[in-house]
Parts: sequence; structure tokens; C-alpha cells
Amino acid sequence: MAFLDIEHLEKSYGATKVVKDFNLAVDKGEFVSFLGPSGCGKTTTLRMVAGFETPSVGAIRIDGRDMARLRPNQRNIGMVFQAYALFPNLTVAQNVAFGLKVAGESRKVIDERVAEMLETIGLPDLGNRYPFQLSGGQQQRVALARALAVRPQVLLLDEPLSALDAKIRVSLRGEIRAIQKKLGITTIYVTHDQEEALSMSDRIVVMHQGIADQVGTPFEIYNRPRTRFVANFVGTLTLLEAEVLDPASGHVSIGGVEATLGRRLPKGAVTLAVRPEMVSLGPAPGRETEVTGRIVDVDFLGSVIRLRAQIGQSVLAFDTFNSSDAPPPKVGAMVTLSLAARDLLLIGE
Amino acid sequence: MKRLFAWATLIFGMGYFILPLVGLTEFSLSMRRGEYSFDAYAAVLADPRFRETFSYSVVMALLTIVFGVLLVVPTAYWVRLKLPGLRPYVEFVTLLPLVIPAIVIVFGYIRLYNTSSWLPLTGSLTGTNLLLMFGYATLSLPYMYRAVDTGLRTIDVATLTEAAQSLGAGWVTILARVIMPNVLVAVLSGAFVTFAIVIGEFTLAALLNRPAFGPYLQLMGANRAYEPMALAVIAFGITWACMGLIQLVTRFSKHTKAAR
Amino acid sequence: MTALPAAPPRRRLPLNWLGIVPFAAFALLFLILPTMNIVLGAFRNAAGEMTFDNVRGLFTPSILASYWISIKISVASSLLGCVIGFAMAAAVVLGGLPKWIRSPVLTFSGVASNFAGVPLAFAFMATIGPRGLLTLWLMDQFGINLRAEGFTILSFWGLTITYVFFQIPLMILIITPALDGLKREWKEAANILGATTPQYWRMVALPILFPSLLGTFALLFANAFGAVATAYALTGSSLSIVPILLFAQIRGDVLQDPHLGYALAFGMIVVTGIANGIYIWLRVRSERWLK
Repeated sequence: MAFLDIEHLEKSYGATKVVKDFNLAVDKGEFVSFLGPSGCGKTTTLRMVAGFETPSVGAIRIDGRDMARLRPNQRNIGMVFQAYALFPNLTVAQNVAFGLKVAGESRKVIDERVAEMLETIGLPDLGNRYPFQLSGGQQQRVALARALAVRPQVLLLDEPLSALDAKIRVSLRGEIRAIQKKLGITTIYVTHDQEEALSMSDRIVVMHQGIADQVGTPFEIYNRPRTRFVANFVGTLTLLEAEVLDPASGHVSIGGVEATLGRRLPKGAVTLAVRPEMVSLGPAPGRETEVTGRIVDVDFLGSVIRLRAQIGQSVLAFDTFNSSDAPPPKVGAMVTLSLAARDLLLIGE
Repeated sequence: MKRLFAWATLIFGMGYFILPLVGLTEFSLSMRRGEYSFDAYAAVLADPRFRETFSYSVVMALLTIVFGVLLVVPTAYWVRLKLPGLRPYVEFVTLLPLVIPAIVIVFGYIRLYNTSSWLPLTGSLTGTNLLLMFGYATLSLPYMYRAVDTGLRTIDVATLTEAAQSLGAGWVTILARVIMPNVLVAVLSGAFVTFAIVIGEFTLAALLNRPAFGPYLQLMGANRAYEPMALAVIAFGITWACMGLIQLVTRFSKHTKAAR
Repeated sequence: MTALPAAPPRRRLPLNWLGIVPFAAFALLFLILPTMNIVLGAFRNAAGEMTFDNVRGLFTPSILASYWISIKISVASSLLGCVIGFAMAAAVVLGGLPKWIRSPVLTFSGVASNFAGVPLAFAFMATIGPRGLLTLWLMDQFGINLRAEGFTILSFWGLTITYVFFQIPLMILIITPALDGLKREWKEAANILGATTPQYWRMVALPILFPSLLGTFALLFANAFGAVATAYALTGSSLSIVPILLFAQIRGDVLQDPHLGYALAFGMIVVTGIANGIYIWLRVRSERWLK
């Protein structure tokens, strides 16, 4: 049995179901992200785990214990909020000490634990500051320390980085992951940022209209999206409409260009997709299918250049690396692109 | 459980508000023995002194509003635009009338502007009326200033001014044509509060000896039983109307903003 | 590129302050000078010499008693106003009542807080006065004779109950925005850290609200302490609270020494001044966590 078990969880407000038949088993020490656009039900699910919302149907168990009858303050869960939610009237140290104080720990235990937590988040000298004297990143680290100080069984993070600057976001997500690994704490992380989810998680739950579309490792989610929504939401994809010529060998025609996927495909018309990094400019070893097209768009992104080429009816996006002596092709240029047929993904509905 | 407690609290509090009003209304209707009637209202409305004092107070209220708007709007605008460093001090001054009792202020007026002073305002009828108006403006200053300042906060004063200036507008034009229309709602709500304050004000009018509605009310209260209750109901109606108008004006403005 | 010719340093007279002149003049003439006049007058005798006799004249048993009852009524009505008003505002904002209830409560508070003075006195006269609605009802239904129980409207409790009528709505109007400012996440964060609702209130919400509560209390106190009209309309001059005493003094009814009036008014300024001083001091102490 998993450490955190969510079974057939549903939540309705009146006639609207915001979470539908949600099932998830999280192992001890695992880091699971809920990824999805706003309004997909990910935060509602998290808040049901925390106890702020009551499930309409279903059960939540932590370490085999049913949570249904426990109020939030009895669940031994740590939570970090999007807007930090530090208590403005308390210093950093008092904020971190809050849960311990409420639990009736002795002064000595509290002081030691607070010092330890401030050390963990790398702010050992800021104990006497008030929240307004800290930057957003520091505040969120204090919020993390406050949540972890009480040694919760489960840590919940509700879009903790979305209020921060891009640079701090990247460095802080590394820190959060490192602390999580060090403490081995079971964690659920809600985000709408795919990069965050892909880089931090052991597993990702992609949510969409209250349903968990796909649950899998970042690698699986990215490389084998099971639904059109997941394919579109995670990463960039070019969708290609194709005609299946031979279902057994996976031989298809994409706007006149034929390719063999080497996999069994359904009969008739299918939607295939390809990631930009799977397409090369010019011939490339192992990428046997070649197509020609006209460049319609060049986006210089720095280390990577994203180009788009018109091929038949479709526009195919592809990436090249920046190189100081080879400028990218201009708009209007005719180019040859190569890709491996096995990299083409079949997109289900 | 929590909701039950909340309802109980609210009902108790509302009872505290409503009971005296019920008592007042009931009393005002019981002039004729044994049945309810509007006799007290008829008596009041027939009293020429009611009409005199009431119209005097209405005129004073309107004058106070005009003066208050002319004083407060340019000041609040100017402070926001050019002298932001002075804002705390100006705000402090505007809040003083909430702290210094009105009776102390009017006492100061009487001493400072008596017939033998350098500015003998109390020496003439016009002077005294003017002094009373200034006094009312002082009393309503906290409300008026706050309302206008809040209104100014919602618009970008500096940009609007620069835009108007770049189109060749002078200061008077900017204030009258650009700033005023944008804070009209705030000005109006300040104006209604001023109206409500002035219409029933007693202390200033009584001590400056002006025939206003407040002192008339008090006089009636000392000499009659039912008429003053009818007057109080009327006064309450006016206060209610003023607050209702504030609500109406704000709601109306929300619609126009949404339509923009 | 050629260097720009150095512009001659043009010194413009700073004329910005001119815009504040009308307001400054008004405040000086009709707010500050009159008050200063009273303060200075309290320390002058009829001949214009410096003296402490006026202020010393306040320390007679009857005048001290006036101040005392004024302060008692103001404190009691402000406390009651604060507690009841806070409870009502909390019920509306946090009590899970339907949303539509908020707007009428706030409008009604706006009306009631401005419904002070003489009409308010009449309303309470008609309710708990000798022939008031409630008085008669208690008599008819329960045989309770308020007057025989020692209650009259011309008393400490009579005035306090009347003042509370405008204190409660004032409190509601001021504290509602402060209650709105309590973030839901604070309560949730406290909750998930193991705190009960009372613990959350004691350790987080009340400390955050403390400055607002304190400020409102100081304001309510000044509001009650300076109120003349209600008391005068209720009691005439029979209950000698300070504003009534001063009113009578200005009218020239009671006291012989005109300079005692200055001292009385000065005393009122001192009391409200002290109340606000305490407020500012406590606020500074309690707001270290604010910018």
C-alpha cells in the first residue's frame, strides 16, 4: 500500500464537478507534481488533501489512516502557499516556531529546531527580521521552513514559485528539490509551469478539466503523451495529419511524404506529432526521412534557434543550435529537413 | 454553529439600531390618543419656524458643500501632484476635527472673531453666517478630504495632468474639466455626508445663535412631546436619503466604469 | 558630436507651495488658531498675564466629577461600541453569512453613525424614556418599572446606551476594511500548522488588527467625549458632563469666571490629546512589523 492514497476523489460545487474520479498512489519520499492550466482542479485536489475542502466522493489515506474526519490542524501536513502567507506580525524565527509553539514544545526544543530549519533554508541570520523586510524568494524559503519545522508526514506546495522572478524561480526550485530529497519527505507540488514539473518531479499528474489525463515520469509524459491535451500542454509539438497506408508496419503518408514508423497504427487518418528537437536542418545520421520546405519564421532564442518551415499543408517547427559562424536560414529560404520516423508520436484523442 | 452565532450577533446589533427607530416612529404617530395619526407631522409642517430653520440649514449645507469642494479638491489634487511630501501633514490636519471637540473649536471662534477682534466676524449677520459655514466646513473636512483623496487615488493624476497640459489646458481647465469629472463620485459622497452632518448640527448653530434646524429641534424637544419625534423621524429620513444617494451614485459610477 | 552649450543655470522660484496656501490659511484660521487661542487663554487672566489659576480652578470636586463622568461615559460607550461593532463586523465578514447582507449593513452603519445629535436623543427618549416604547412594554409584560429599578435616561447608563447607538456603526465602518485585510491564507497556514481557531485569533489575527482596533477606540472616545447635542437634548443641563458644562459656560449661564471656560476647553483638549497620544504610542510599539 502506498504512503498517500487518493481514491475516486471527486469534488462538485453545485452542478459543476471540478475534480472527477481522481486516483493516485504516492510512495513515501516521492515528489509528485500536479500540472495543468488554471481551473483544471489541481489546487482543489491539493486543498482536499490539506483538509480545506471536503471531498464530495472518495477517500484520502495517509500512511493507511483515513483523513476524512480529521480537521486540517489534526492532519500533520505541511503546506506552502502561493502568496507566502507568512504571518506579518511575527518575525522569521517566530513564524518558523509557530507550529511547534502550538504543539506545546518546550522553548529549548523550539529554539534548536528553528535554528536548524533556518540553517537548512540558508537564512541562519535572518531570524529577527519581519517578513516585509525579506525578498519574495526569502519569504518563500521561510514559508518552506515553517511548513517543515513540525516534521509533517506530507508536504504540499501550491504554486509556490509563481509569484517570483524568473531567475529566483529557477534557483529556488533546485533548492526545494534538494531539501525535499535530503529530508525524504513525501511531497505534492501544484504548478502550471511544465518546466518546473519536468525538472523537479519523480512523477507528474497532468490534469485537465478535473481529470488526471496522464500520470507518469517526466520522461514518459514528455516523450509518450497519451492524450492530445498532454501533448499540447507539455512542450512544443507540431501536429501532422497523416494517412495510414499500411497499419501493420506503420507506413504513412504525410502530405505526400511517405515514412514508416515501424509500429502498428490504426487504419485511416491519424494525427502524428513531432517535437522540434527531433527535426534536423539538413541530413543527419539516423534521421532517414527527408522533406523540403520553405522557412516562414525564425525566432532567435539565444542558445537555440527555433524555425518554422512550411511543408505541404503543415508548418513544422524545428530547432537548431546557435553557432557564431553559421547564421540561421532566412525567411523564404528552401531547406531540407530530416527526422526519424520512429520519433513521430501518435496522438490519441 | 459559527453561522448561528453570526446571525445571533447580527440580529442583536440590528435590534439595537432598529428598536429606537421603532420607538421614535411609534411615538411620533401617537399624538392623537388611542390611535395612530400624522397629527404631529401636520403640526410640524404647519409651523413656520420649521420651514424657516429647515431652509436655513439646507442653504447652509449647500454653501458648505460648495466651499468644501472648492477648498478640498484643488488642495488634495495639488498635494498629490506637487507636494507628496506634505501629504501626511495635510492628512493629519484634516483629521484634527475628529479629535478636537466641536464645542472647543466654536468656543475658539467666539473668542477669536468677536466684535473687538481684528476680524469681527460675529459682529454682523453675514459675518456670523460665514463663520458658521466655515465651522461646518471644518467639521466635514475629515469626511470630505478622505472621500476626495480616495477618489484621486484611483486615477493617475500626474498622467492626466500632463496629457491635459500637452493639449494646452491651464490649471483651472484641468481642475474643472479633467480632475473634477473623474472624482465626481467621491466628491458627491463627501457632499452627502456633509449635508447629513450640517442639517442636524446643533452645537455650532446654537452657540453662534443662528436659527438652524438643530437648535429648533432641541427647542421643540424641550417644550413639546410629539412634534420633536416627528421632526427626528424627518431628520432620520434625510440622513437615510443622503446615504442612499451615496450608494446610488457609487453603484451608478461602477456601471459607467465597467462600460468604459 | 559637438558638446551642447551649457545652459545658464535658471533658478526658478519654488512656487509649488502656493497651491497649498488656501488650505493652510483655512486650517490656520478656523482650526488651529481658535484652538491655540483656547489653549493660551487657559493660561491667561483677565489682564492678559500668565497664570495657572484657571487650570487650578478645574480642581474643584464638582468640575473633577464632571470630567470623571465624561471620561467614564466615553470609555464605556467606546468599549461597548468596539466590542459589539467588532462582533457584528466579524459576523458579516467572517461569519459565513450570505454575501448580500454586507451592503445593507454597511449602508445602515453609514446612516446610523451620522444619526447623532438631537434626533438621536429623541429616539432614545421615545424608547427608554419615562414613556418610551421599551419602558412601557417592560412594565406591561413583566411588571418591571425601570425608574423604580433606578434607571433613568439622564444617567451614566442612559447616556452610555444612547451613545453606543452611533459608536457601534462607526466601529463597523472602520473595522470592516481591516477585517477584509485578513488573508484567508493566514488562517489556513495557522490551521495546517496545527493551530485551532482561537489560537489563530490570539497569535495572528488580533495582533494584526490591534492597531486598527486601538485607533478606532481612540476615535470613538473622542467622538463621545466631545458630544454635546445628544446629551443636551436629553438632559438639558441636569447631568453635568464636561461638554454640557462648557456649553453652559459659553452661554454665560453658570460659571462666574469667564477664564474658567478656557480652562474647561483646554482640559477637554488635554483628555482627547492624551487618548490619542496613548493610541499613537501603542501603535508605534505594536506596528514594528509594518512598513
